[in-house]
Amino acid sequence: MKDFKGRTLSWQIVSGTIELALHREACNEIGSLTLAELEKFAAALPELATEARALILYSTQKAGFSAGADLRELFQRGQKLEKSVALRGVRDFLERIHAVMNAIDAAPLTTIAAVHGVTFGGGFELALVCDIIVADRTARFCFPELRLGLIPGFGGIPRLKRDLGNAVVRDLLLTGRSFNVMKAQQIGLVSQIAAEGEALRIARATASQVGKFDRTTAVAAKEFVKPIPYEELKREIDIFCDLYSRPAVEEGLRKFVENEGPQPYLP
Amino acid sequence: MSSPTADRTLDEILNLAASHFKVPREKLTADDDFFKTLGIDSLQALDLLTRIEQHFRIELPDYELQGVSDFRTLANRIQARL
Repeated sequence: MKDFKGRTLSWQIVSGTIELALHREACNEIGSLTLAELEKFAAALPELATEARALILYSTQKAGFSAGADLRELFQRGQKLEKSVALRGVRDFLERIHAVMNAIDAAPLTTIAAVHGVTFGGGFELALVCDIIVADRTARFCFPELRLGLIPGFGGIPRLKRDLGNAVVRDLLLTGRSFNVMKAQQIGLVSQIAAEGEALRIARATASQVGKFDRTTAVAAKEFVKPIPYEELKREIDIFCDLYSRPAVEEGLRKFVENEGPQPYLP
Repeated sequence: MSSPTADRTLDEILNLAASHFKVPREKLTADDDFFKTLGIDSLQALDLLTRIEQHFRIELPDYELQGVSDFRTLANRIQARL
């Protein structure tokens, strides 16, 4: 499938680059539908990769790249189903999203996340699978999961550990604080900063540059410098599921879902 | 270089908020609830935080802003980081 227009995302090949646009309102919350469409993308990726040299992930939503997992769906699933069934559903969701993330992480392409605004939780984790993060000045990153009694579940901790020093990982994870693009560049997360609204243009220029090089060499270089921490990723799913079973998580999710105040995203 | 005074910090925040959210500056006062006065939601509040950090060249962890909704208290939090 060379191009696709779904309800939460679309992709097409433009000048030798696959451009995957996230467009679910309000801020690309990742629930069942997004997952199903990401799986379509992962299935199409091997064929797409034969005709492209780079992949850009970006958002068309004004609020940002992605606010992360669809917590309302997660909460409602827990309310409707018997606990053990809900837990099996959560594990299944995580295993499926990990398969997608791993496929993008290992893709024989140079992958670029062009981010702006809110890049939180699962959205941050989606950006972390990419080889390069280009962020505009409005970008803000955060792992707020501990506020809910959980840890990031889409592969965020192992991938953050892969890219950053452990002290920084601990600070970001254990405080759940958000941070801006200057901090993100300072700690080595973001490689290029763009002016507001310019991340996609700069990502396209970067994609054009990487497309000039010998493909076999580029793939070999990527495999050499970007190992995928499969064992830690599996362990992350186990820890997430162990934590999810506790009543405190249900309460945390309820508090989030039922909070109509102006600060639900502020840890 | 000396740090700006608290009054100046407050004034700069009010100017920044008025300019970014296109609200007349004279309608903003120090004790306003900025969520109400600016008509912003949580995501826009994060946007404001990002712009404040860049303007003052500081890092302001958002847990320091939990429960903060008026410009004066916000200015005090910023002042403590300058």
